[in-house]
Amino acid sequence: MSNSVIGKDGVKRYLITVNVNGSEYTKAVKANVLLVNFLREELDLTGTKKGCELGDCGCCTIMLDGKPINSCLALAVEADGREVTTIEGIADGDELDIVQEKFIEHGAYQCGFCTPGMIVSSRALLNENPNPTEYQVREAIAGNLCRCTGYVNIVKAVLDAADEK
Amino acid sequence: MQKIPKRDYSYVGKSLDRNDSFTKTTGRAQYTADLKFPNMLYGKLIRSTVAHARIKNIDTSEAEKLPGVKAVITAKDVPSMRYGLSPARFDENIFCVDKVRFYGDKIGAVCAVDEETVYKALKLIKVEYEELPAVFSIEEATKEGAPQIFEEYPGNVNTEIHHNFGDVDEAFKNAYYVRTDRLVGQRCYHAFIENHCSIGSWNGNKLTIYCSTQTVHYLQYHLARVLGMKMGDIRVVKTNVGGGFGGKIDLTGLDFSAAILSKITGQTVKMFYDHEETFLNGRGRHPMDMEYTTGVDKNGKILGTKAKIMLEGGAYTGLGIASTYYAGSLLNILYDFENYKFDAYRYVTNLPPCGAQRGHGQPQPRFAFEHHIDLIAEAIGMDPIEFRIVNARKANTETLAGYEVKSYNLKAANEMARDVSGWKEKRGKLPVGRGIGVGNGGFVTGAGFCQYRTDLPHSVGMIKIYDDGTQAFVYSQAVDIGQGSDTVLLQMAAEAMGYPYEQCKMYAGDTDLSTLDYGAYASRQTLMAGWAIKRAGEEVKQKILEQAVEMIRESGKVKEGWAYIGNRELKTEDLDCKEGIVFMKQEPHVNLTFEEVARRYFVTKGVLIGRGWYHPGNLGGNHKGAAVGTSPAYSSATQIAEVKVDMETGQIECVDTWDVHDSGTIVNPKLFHGQVHGAFYMGIGETIWEEVRFDEKGKLLNGNFAEYRLPTALDMPPVESLTLDESWEPNGPYGVKEVGEGATTPTMGAVANAIYDAMGVSITELPITYEKVWRALKDKEKNKK
Repeated sequence: MSNSVIGKDGVKRYLITVNVNGSEYTKAVKANVLLVNFLREELDLTGTKKGCELGDCGCCTIMLDGKPINSCLALAVEADGREVTTIEGIADGDELDIVQEKFIEHGAYQCGFCTPGMIVSSRALLNENPNPTEYQVREAIAGNLCRCTGYVNIVKAVLDAADEK
Repeated sequence: MQKIPKRDYSYVGKSLDRNDSFTKTTGRAQYTADLKFPNMLYGKLIRSTVAHARIKNIDTSEAEKLPGVKAVITAKDVPSMRYGLSPARFDENIFCVDKVRFYGDKIGAVCAVDEETVYKALKLIKVEYEELPAVFSIEEATKEGAPQIFEEYPGNVNTEIHHNFGDVDEAFKNAYYVRTDRLVGQRCYHAFIENHCSIGSWNGNKLTIYCSTQTVHYLQYHLARVLGMKMGDIRVVKTNVGGGFGGKIDLTGLDFSAAILSKITGQTVKMFYDHEETFLNGRGRHPMDMEYTTGVDKNGKILGTKAKIMLEGGAYTGLGIASTYYAGSLLNILYDFENYKFDAYRYVTNLPPCGAQRGHGQPQPRFAFEHHIDLIAEAIGMDPIEFRIVNARKANTETLAGYEVKSYNLKAANEMARDVSGWKEKRGKLPVGRGIGVGNGGFVTGAGFCQYRTDLPHSVGMIKIYDDGTQAFVYSQAVDIGQGSDTVLLQMAAEAMGYPYEQCKMYAGDTDLSTLDYGAYASRQTLMAGWAIKRAGEEVKQKILEQAVEMIRESGKVKEGWAYIGNRELKTEDLDCKEGIVFMKQEPHVNLTFEEVARRYFVTKGVLIGRGWYHPGNLGGNHKGAAVGTSPAYSSATQIAEVKVDMETGQIECVDTWDVHDSGTIVNPKLFHGQVHGAFYMGIGETIWEEVRFDEKGKLLNGNFAEYRLPTALDMPPVESLTLDESWEPNGPYGVKEVGEGATTPTMGAVANAIYDAMGVSITELPITYEKVWRALKDKEKNKK
């Protein structure tokens, strides 16, 4: 584990360096800080949502070294020295990723709250498997709950994104 | 036959991309919990840990001593005025005054410098209770000598409705077949993913509330009423809303707490719920006990129906009174029959309050009645769809209650659904364990009355054209909760003005900036806010045409188009404006851009503004309770579901679904079908898996998405969503009517009927779990032996 300092409150802080969306951030965090809170509170990357905070809904999905995880189930210190991709890192500036484009084209979101996690899960799937079957798409997003769309257009959007890539 | 105008529109009817496409797919869309203000504090509610008790003492001293805690408030620190929906049932306080009425009831609030400190402070608060006996079901609430939750609701009866149209008993005497069925609906929950959150900021005598709400207007109204403020001193701003489904209308306690804590501390305060608290806040579907008796003639024509519905309402009323009326008021919209008796009782219990959830009070009665009539059709040897067609209401008719129904295409919806689903080839012909079922539904398109007594219009809209004509700003307090109201309102604004959709921008849901609209409930915004926005757009267009007449005259260009006008003056009627081009109708090459005309208007006359107004007027129905059910327009829908039931294990798989919605003009087909998909999704979940459960002491057991089982992408079947070309609503702008809620109302019936068709045993209690199916199949086998 990296360097640590003890605060006036007697609680130890760990100095961590995390590469988030291509930029390195060094911060001192308590051991109990969740990765989702680190991203949202420390880095102001509020695109990653907090829903159930129990690992059920998937709206806090990010990629840790390329693998999709629930950032509410990971500690910030676990990300030390690793690469995190959040929804803010999916597009290249104003240039949308094909998954984002297809979500728009197919009307694959409504309230948009699950969308960041849904897009990250979908992107992670396509990185791993560029030509998924419909079942594989459904399986990949089965940990991302969406109450608005019934997943109908999400599945279409991901399959379409795979076709175009 | 309804005469349908030619729908030759530039933007209405097109699957345009949503106005929030970029922000919502890139993580830039901000929801209330994403907002951060300088020096902001974090706060949470103190909640009851018993179901029913007198509060003897609250000791907050330890919490107050904790470093970082800024304020702790309880009932003594806040106004004691009660609130709710109907003044006779204002039964809720900001914080419990003497009693707590459910496990999770609001006792007070704490705010501190960060989240962690708030949670620590909550653990240090000691509440002393004198526990009281409690009731957790209709059965317990109605027992003789049952504990009374409120003095003002003797027998725990909170609402009672008795409607009697015609003479049902007389009708039954002449019936060929009469049947009674009792069915039960469970407690469900909206399950939006974004928890409630509210931020209060008090500056001088002005208050700003940022909130995830479906209605900024009612929130502003209730805050003003309870806090004793002028409405104009309160600004309510909705952020992006992460789903609502009816659960973000009733007050949560967060807004009041955020306001009061901000006043006390002089800092901005963010109040938030965690996931379990969002469940505890409740306001989802009422558990219902429903008994229907229906008499039919030989041809399946319904002669009369008697409905007795009991609702378990939880601890407070809120919107629950409207849910109770909706449980019965729309049946006769769907099916045209002459005798209808509806008795309903809503009971208070020591559980979280129930309220409005997509389809408001109606989906479970729809399930019950749709299954009931399938059993009747079976008994008289009739095809279920044929039965529904025989009884389907027709357009331009009036219900027993005096509600006027203009467009109505339920018969056509049934026929189309039957044909596309292959019903004739499948019904009764599928192998054991496979079934197909039908359900009908529909909803109001906006309530006929405001939720409180007022002479205000239901919606007003405003459009301001930017100085140089390159942008149109559209204002409305309509709230986009994901359904896409901003997008469809912008489409209607663009259409009405003849101005590019891409150049229109929405300012919605801000009580300071935008103009009155009651918000997202009762499937009202496309029609009601739509009228206001359309009229505002038409006023803009009229001003543009007047300005263009001046400019064409001045330019001399008018000569080119003179031939057909003759010697008379050029008039606005000679011009039209579409997609940003103002042109002479007869000589389209004589044209100007909207932008140059608008700029000229700004230079010579000042800001270019259009205004619109909508009130539904006096609608039909004058019996007690007519206000819940009367509406300018009614949608109808038929859904068909095909299921597979594992006859060994009871496992159910929904394999295919169809929906035909009679929804008037479809403003944006892409968004429209999304509504149908989501409605089907919720309905399937409620039919098979979803149920909020409590232990024997009233403690919530499954306030999370692992144990409150929402369907995942692996559970969801394909949905074929279809519309009717002949559907056009004269009371709606561009002929529109609702879809969002109506599409949930047929689902439970359709799925339940399909399961019945597959297994041959009728299960009358929702949810129809694998276990219930397994047990029913075992019993069937046993009875055979």
